[in-house]
Amino acid sequence: MKAIKLSFLAVAIVFVWFAQNHFDPYAVSILNNIAIFAILALSYNLINGVAGQFSLEPNGFVAIGAYVTALFLIPAETKLDMFALEDPTPFVLAMHTSFLPALIMSGVVASVLAFILSIPVFRVRGDYLAIVTLGFGFIIRIFAMNQPTMTNGALGLNDIPDNANLYWTGFTMIVTFVIMLNIIYSKYGRAMKAVRDDEDAATAMGINTFWIKTYAFMTSAFFEGVGGGLMASLLTTIAPDQFTFLLTFQLLIIIVLGGLGSMSGTILGAILVMGGTEWLRFLDQNMDIFGYNTGAHPGLRMVVFSILLVILMLFARRGLFGNKELTDIFRRNK
Amino acid sequence: MVLELQNITMQFGGVVAIDNLSFGVEAGQIYGLIGPNGAGKTTLFNIVTGNYIQTKGKVKFNHEELSGLKPNMIVQRGIARTFQNIRLFKSMSVLDNVLIGFHNQANYTYFESILRLPRYFLYEKKLKNDAMEILERFGIAKYANTNASSLSYGNQRKVEIARALATNPKLLLLDEPAAGMNPNETEDLSQIIKNIKDEYGLTILLIEHDMKFVNNMCDKVLVLDYGEEIFEGKPSEAIVDEKVVAAYLGDFKHA
Repeated sequence: MKAIKLSFLAVAIVFVWFAQNHFDPYAVSILNNIAIFAILALSYNLINGVAGQFSLEPNGFVAIGAYVTALFLIPAETKLDMFALEDPTPFVLAMHTSFLPALIMSGVVASVLAFILSIPVFRVRGDYLAIVTLGFGFIIRIFAMNQPTMTNGALGLNDIPDNANLYWTGFTMIVTFVIMLNIIYSKYGRAMKAVRDDEDAATAMGINTFWIKTYAFMTSAFFEGVGGGLMASLLTTIAPDQFTFLLTFQLLIIIVLGGLGSMSGTILGAILVMGGTEWLRFLDQNMDIFGYNTGAHPGLRMVVFSILLVILMLFARRGLFGNKELTDIFRRNK
Repeated sequence: MVLELQNITMQFGGVVAIDNLSFGVEAGQIYGLIGPNGAGKTTLFNIVTGNYIQTKGKVKFNHEELSGLKPNMIVQRGIARTFQNIRLFKSMSVLDNVLIGFHNQANYTYFESILRLPRYFLYEKKLKNDAMEILERFGIAKYANTNASSLSYGNQRKVEIARALATNPKLLLLDEPAAGMNPNETEDLSQIIKNIKDEYGLTILLIEHDMKFVNNMCDKVLVLDYGEEIFEGKPSEAIVDEKVVAAYLGDFKHA
């Protein structure tokens, strides 16, 4: 069992190293995208799939992570030039660190916010929780829009140093994956699943369900923040409009497709969703089918992609992996 | 007295579910709580476990007042319960269900589990052994890795009691443990309950409609009707008591 796990890990690490050095830039950029969305979806799956708290806020945490990392990375002179609407506050101007501390700060800020948020949010359950967290996602985006001294408002931030590469995104993804599995296969992961299955029964087992949910929420927020930071450094430019509800929705598609509660499924989901939309790009262009030119149909790929998603969900109702992990499949064969 | 209830009154709006009820359960007893449907038996359980807060009165456990404590705190003091309708964690294996009961005995922190530090392995191994031991006692160890929801009804009941036992209780509240079981399963279950009671030094408070089971198990019963006590004493005396019979079958004399 341990050998299988370690060999998976080794293959993943070698693949990241090989891809960064030998793949063409287009392929690397797709892999980067997959890795970042995998990080975000993995952490989203912890609160949504494992702990069963249907929340819709990740776009908020990703935005926070992206802004914190961006503000830490951009040098002071560049900030002064960039902030066109109003001058940055002295605090924002003084923020400056290297990449790793910036990413960690992104995670920390997001999870501290998650902690504050969890106090009102976990007073409600189910659909109400979804609405409350949805509101939080909106608040963050509107805040970013309307705080020109901190975020440069709707203009966003440009010229973010591009420190991120596949090493950063790939290894962060692997670390996130391992940490998520470590949580799931511990008493905390079990308690999260118990809360998902039956919250009252979990309480009757002596579990403080509020803290368990808060742990899941804070961990989820931490990695969403880190993922946001990686995204900012990779794209080198961020604006409030990147962090709309659509981002949350994309992550939701990934985790539902992969299987709620399954981390291996989430990785596969991220590959299929992010890779699939790229791979289907040929549909948008001119095509010659038996000498007949179809002409260009921009947007056709999204139509086909959506149809494929519908078909997949019809045949795999509980996602590709259900709530199993890759290792569970090996365990059963033993 | 392990458990002592003093002048408990529970009102839901205008409805008085429990009316000024007092009784005590002594250590080592199996105490039965019986009465027609809607008499307030499960409400009483919910008050003891902290799910409801009584309108009036006090609940004392080992001379310590429980009022105001959260349900999970009360479990940690040593009161565990099962539910009337089985409430297992359906997506999890039988072993994991029991391990949930051990949650507060796994003494490692969140970061220790993330970093897989030694204490994680230490406690996981120990608790897995303890959990298997409990499952063996109930005769369901062979189902340890099966999904809890795919077990037969009788075995699901056993898992629920095993899970409650894992929280290391001193007082066990069983809400209709024999409901939906056939006579063989009931017999099997009552033997198991007696055994674990002796082995773990438990006090048991149970709700049950199966009078044969109650007669066989309980040292003392309390009969409730419309939230009021109508009888307290030996189960064999309860079934011939006029008031008790009237509550169950209707009062023929005054009809």
